[in-house]
Amino acid sequence: MSLVELHAIHKSFGELEVLKGIDLSIDEGQVIALIGKSGSGKSTLLRTINGLEVIDDGVIIVDGKKISDRDADLLGLRLQVGMVFQQFNLFPHYTALENVMLSPQVVKKQSKAEAKQIAEEMLAKVGLADKMMHYPDQLSGGQQQRVAIARALAMKPKVLLCDEVTSALDPELVNEVLAVVRQLAEEGMTLVMVTHEMRFAREVCDKLVFMHQGRIHETGDPEEVFSNPKTPELSSFVGGLA
Amino acid sequence: MAYKFDFGAIVPHWQLLFDGVILTTELTVIGAVVGVGLGIMGAWARASRAPVISQIVGVYVELIRNTPFLVQLFFIFFGLPALGVKLTEFQAAVLAMIVNLGAYSTEIIRAGILAIPQGQIEAAQSLAMNRVQIFRYVVILPALKKIWPALSSQIVIVMLGSSVCSQIAAEELTFGANYIQALNFRAFEVYFVVTGLYLVMSILLRMGLKVLGNFLFERRRHV
Repeated sequence: MSLVELHAIHKSFGELEVLKGIDLSIDEGQVIALIGKSGSGKSTLLRTINGLEVIDDGVIIVDGKKISDRDADLLGLRLQVGMVFQQFNLFPHYTALENVMLSPQVVKKQSKAEAKQIAEEMLAKVGLADKMMHYPDQLSGGQQQRVAIARALAMKPKVLLCDEVTSALDPELVNEVLAVVRQLAEEGMTLVMVTHEMRFAREVCDKLVFMHQGRIHETGDPEEVFSNPKTPELSSFVGGLA
Repeated sequence: MAYKFDFGAIVPHWQLLFDGVILTTELTVIGAVVGVGLGIMGAWARASRAPVISQIVGVYVELIRNTPFLVQLFFIFFGLPALGVKLTEFQAAVLAMIVNLGAYSTEIIRAGILAIPQGQIEAAQSLAMNRVQIFRYVVILPALKKIWPALSSQIVIVMLGSSVCSQIAAEELTFGANYIQALNFRAFEVYFVVTGLYLVMSILLRMGLKVLGNFLFERRRHV
């Protein structure tokens, strides 16, 4: 059984139907890249997986449990599915360490000492052991994004969603974030990422999902999909990037 | 004949002014603390997704912001006894100030809440925090920080507005002044001194709120 299963997911914003029946299963340890043009629905799809967007129709099953849009269900879902955003979204009034400690303390009711230990571990893991006492505005974009990854990891999620995590970064800062994501993938973390880093997707991912006009247009092994696109849309998308 | 100034005529009545300053201070402190607390709850309700509560708070805010403070005070002190709610002068004055500041601060604090980037709220949601936790740990402090100068001004306005409470014989500073000038007819001297006292209290209150703001929003590492 897959860790996350999406069946016939539909989502509209007003008149605009953004997701037109998505089926996707995510296995434990799998690394999936969602690619496609802007407006293709990839970010919306990612956001439905942890309930930031409430679906209009369809079924989401996480770890064998069907998720409704009741608050209790959503909170339970989010305990299992972490997320990292394009804009980092660190809490500006807390240090890096406090950002990472907050949720384990208030949601998981861990003791301060316990939360601190895990937070220090996670920040060390993303290479920021020396920046723990810094506030977000004292960190570079790449460092902020790594704190955001550590913050999500401290909740010990089963799946980590990454929404264009390098898109807001200066080019020279992209690699330090990708290195962390790559390391997570190698450690067996289940990852779903919306990305424009095609080379990275090709090297790191197990499965590529190409979205087009609210549907999964083509999917498969990245190597295969990239070198042998079956549809003209993917062909032109991949070609346009080369 | 020229008017002969005699500030010495106030001296025998200094106790009245002193008591007035104390009472004004008490009204202001209680009114500000409870009023801002009410404003925080009101702002949360206004910003929340519960439409009924949000609308009820909306009516309260508009009702208070579009009627005179003096009328609100009279309603509480002279009107409510008809419903069996009898309040002392002090109770009525403090309640009017709380209700008044609550409405204004609801709108001010709501502006601060709306200024919090949606991304931070989504980040908190994705960390499985519930609404109360998000409000308490992620939203309220940065929101208050953004609007602290506006809120401070409103608190000073309410402090100055407390002079109106003399009209129901709450024995605050203006009541003291009125009383003294009725005894000695030294209106110029009395109100000159009282103006100075309000000025000093306003400046001190502003300074105090600034210090409080620095304390609340100072970067203090908790670990």
